Amino acid sequence: MLLDRTVRFLASLRLTVVCLAFAIVLVFAGTMAQVDQGIYAVQANYFRSLFVRWPVPHTGWSIPVLPGGYLVGGVLLVNLLFAHFKRFGLRWNKTGLLMIHFGLILLLLGQLATDLLQRESTMLLAKGQTKNYSEDMRLNELAITDTTDAKNDQVVAIPEKMLANGGEIRHPALPFTVKVINYWPNCRLFTNAVPGSVPVTATQGVGAALHVLTEPPATGMDDRSLPGAVVELIGPRGPLGTWLVSAMLGARQPFVFDNHNYTIALRPARYEQPFSLTLLEPRHDVYAGTDIPKNFSSRVRLRRPDTGEDREVVIRMNNPLRYGGLTFYQYQMAAESPEHTSTLQVVRNPGWLTPYLSCALIFVGLLVQFLIHLIGFVKRRKPSEA
Amino acid sequence: MKTPVSTRIIPWLVVAACAWWVVAALWPPRNSGAFDTDGFARLPVLLKGRLQPLDSVARNSLLIIRGKQSVALPHGGSLSPTDWLLEVTMKPELADKLPIFRVDHPELRGLLRLPPTGSMDVSYADLEPQLAEIDKQARHADSVDAAARSTFDKAVLKLGSGLIVYQRLKNSLRPESADDFHAEVAAFQEALAPGMEAAGLRDKKKPFDEAALRRLAGLVQRYQALADEAYPLVIPPTHPGMRRDDWMNIGSALLTALQTGQVPPAVMDYATMVSAYRQNKPAEFNQAVASYRALLAGKFTPELRKGDREFVFNCWSPFIKSTTLYLLVFLLGCGSWFGWFRLLNRTGFYLLALAFAVHTAGVVFRMVLEGRPPVTNLYSSAVFVGWGAVLLGLILERVYRDSIGLVMASAIGFLTQIIAHNLSLDGEDTMGMLRAVLDTNFWLATHVITVTLGYSATFVAGFLAMVYVLRGFFTRSLTATTARTLTRMVYGIVCFATLFSFTGTILGGIWADQSWGRFWGWDPKENGALLIVLWNAIILHARWGGLVRERGMMNLALFGNIVTSFSWFGVNMLGVGLHSYGFMESAFIWLMVFIATQLALIGLGLLPDQYWASFRARTPATGSAPLPAGAPAASKT
Repeated sequence: MLLDRTVRFLASLRLTVVCLAFAIVLVFAGTMAQVDQGIYAVQANYFRSLFVRWPVPHTGWSIPVLPGGYLVGGVLLVNLLFAHFKRFGLRWNKTGLLMIHFGLILLLLGQLATDLLQRESTMLLAKGQTKNYSEDMRLNELAITDTTDAKNDQVVAIPEKMLANGGEIRHPALPFTVKVINYWPNCRLFTNAVPGSVPVTATQGVGAALHVLTEPPATGMDDRSLPGAVVELIGPRGPLGTWLVSAMLGARQPFVFDNHNYTIALRPARYEQPFSLTLLEPRHDVYAGTDIPKNFSSRVRLRRPDTGEDREVVIRMNNPLRYGGLTFYQYQMAAESPEHTSTLQVVRNPGWLTPYLSCALIFVGLLVQFLIHLIGFVKRRKPSEA
Repeated sequence: MKTPVSTRIIPWLVVAACAWWVVAALWPPRNSGAFDTDGFARLPVLLKGRLQPLDSVARNSLLIIRGKQSVALPHGGSLSPTDWLLEVTMKPELADKLPIFRVDHPELRGLLRLPPTGSMDVSYADLEPQLAEIDKQARHADSVDAAARSTFDKAVLKLGSGLIVYQRLKNSLRPESADDFHAEVAAFQEALAPGMEAAGLRDKKKPFDEAALRRLAGLVQRYQALADEAYPLVIPPTHPGMRRDDWMNIGSALLTALQTGQVPPAVMDYATMVSAYRQNKPAEFNQAVASYRALLAGKFTPELRKGDREFVFNCWSPFIKSTTLYLLVFLLGCGSWFGWFRLLNRTGFYLLALAFAVHTAGVVFRMVLEGRPPVTNLYSSAVFVGWGAVLLGLILERVYRDSIGLVMASAIGFLTQIIAHNLSLDGEDTMGMLRAVLDTNFWLATHVITVTLGYSATFVAGFLAMVYVLRGFFTRSLTATTARTLTRMVYGIVCFATLFSFTGTILGGIWADQSWGRFWGWDPKENGALLIVLWNAIILHARWGGLVRERGMMNLALFGNIVTSFSWFGVNMLGVGLHSYGFMESAFIWLMVFIATQLALIGLGLLPDQYWASFRARTPATGSAPLPAGAPAASKT
């Protein structure tokens, strides 16, 4: 009895309408919130969450005020599945609906998969430069590199998350322990004290004379947080000293330990690939007599040593390169600058085909359903006209 | 029942008269004076990356300067855009006295020492003593962040940019100070050979003709300044080895003579036009226009044809014609509900078909001119939303013949054309070139068109609901049959809207996947499209689930108007996201007015039956209403 009622509730159109209504409120609120919160924060709070949380001012609490994207999408999914088992069955006049709803299920699941599996990074190339890795747009890593062998660097990369957790970090390839003294999710460095800044407590490297000012994490679409940390390296015979590392400091800081040369730096997390790209020609076309951009394109050379592949590819606006499970898009361009740089956006998204499939499915489904209605409508009208 | 002869003939007569009015305008006006100004207006030039006739340069410059395409003369009458351009470029001493700059901001008027009341239009001559001050204030306003600008900042920036365009136009066909430019160019041609020779000798440290070199150097300096100032690129790339779109302005074209030893013939022709116009010699002017056209014919025939076509399009102005026709159809359609139904309905239907044909011709004409799918910017989206709605209205009217399709289609057609017209006054060329990401006919033809048709359909459903509420509440004309018909129409249109808005939204996601590497990013424009899909889905599911019936569906469809207008215009006003077109304040106010009217209609739609004129007429006095039928009406008064 109770089970029956629950099933009927889960399959009901009423639930569908309620979910759709919540979805509308959520999308609208999530759009308006972008005016002052930034698209990235809104995505996380509104759409990639079970509940939209509202931080109560002055308390440090945040209370759920709206169901988030995952909850609304999840309930809709359950509702759809139940509706099919309970109400529709397989009837010819419901084929369109079946296709639409199956397409929707595919779309929702595909987007969930994308949310969980998609990884975005960028590859900044100067003209003539070759790279076999891309860099994450938000995540960073503490890279400690043994540069003793000039031909072959040995890198140990510690994700930023481990720095944020604090404590001591050991790695079999490192002859010393990394101890996190301070960690700031977003900070600026200054050579002189500014209001609100504190002196850095590092004893080694460039950080010894700097001041640090902490800031709230960046939220904008194109802003990135610049984290920083002070770490102490502790060898078997005691501490080596403390270093300031920061995403704001571009250069690697060298030091020597046990006759080995090392460098230490906090850098964007890298994703290495078995192939490399060389930027041959960045192009920035404008309309004659104006500076209105007409097209951006990068001619690159793609080389993969293990298969012997070696060819040239042009990556343009609206025309990405799909290769090795990754997609390379033309992202930013400074073809006029002295460095002639071009930035490619590199996306790994195993679910990229699902929207294409579901789109086709739903379109055909809508068309079928629309035609069924139209035929019915015309048939109904015929007798009334006579 | 037999149709009376008058009911059969009058509609055709009306349509024939209107068709004549439309078609006759396709023959562009003849020259008003002895000068071949039309021939001049058609000449192709390149401006902002786009090939266009001088007529378009004149019109778009006037839009930047004064937000209108015509110039009113101080003592009555008006000047056509081309006549104005001729004066600015060739007889600026006349043009400077025309009141074309609109200065209506009180603080700006105070700054410029203009009287607080009186004419808001001032001439360049009036502003001339204050140019330095305007420049200073405009520079300051420009340094302020766009969102933080005050109304004064905006007014002074607009005036400043209008003045820049005006000054550049004055130097577009000749240096402002050249009285007889033809003679000057001829002198330049003569000075070229001796001057170049003198320069060569000087470089070899040999004796040279100092006077010849000085003469040439003076002119070169003058043309270098001209090259920096001149606005449209009027001289075609005639030298071999130049790319087809390497057009030059008059100054840089003169400077090429230093390499070739020859002033380009196109420059000579323009110089002849300028001098002939200044000296009031129509025959010479017309001869120079003809000679220049002959020069372009052959290699530049496509460019000449483009100039001709766009000139015809500008003069024909099909969208203004269709707007007038829509207004007429609207009146006929509404009138038909109160009497002479067959006559007015039939006339209205034929006229709607004519208006739609003119509208379609305008859309196709623009597509040919641009070489693009119909929707490329906000302006053309307004034109196309109207087009789609009128098409649906025609179909509905053909099926039901009850004037509902007429009224709905003509109302949306009229309103969207008014919106488009106001967007075109924004100062941006409505056929401007498309920035990199948008430079793709495939996605413009698929995603943009489907999404725009989705907007059309949602508005159609909403306007049908408006007809339902207005007729039902205020008149007794909403019979049970009409109400049922309207409900069926709205349902069908919502299905259509769901199909198009959903497909369009998904196609947009796929485009985003192709160009930015993500299918969906919760960008405001994407969210706006999604809101329409969700709203249409709610209407359909609420109806299937029996949660709403006739009136409920009408109210939901009315709210669809709000959702669609938010998605179409509202999201552009948020100033965030990859798609935003820029901030439009006056549009914001109108959007709020529109939303308020829709909310008011929904409010009416929620009132119980006894307040509705039509339902009161239908329900017997002892009907099922909870109160005696007379009571609420009495308590209302």
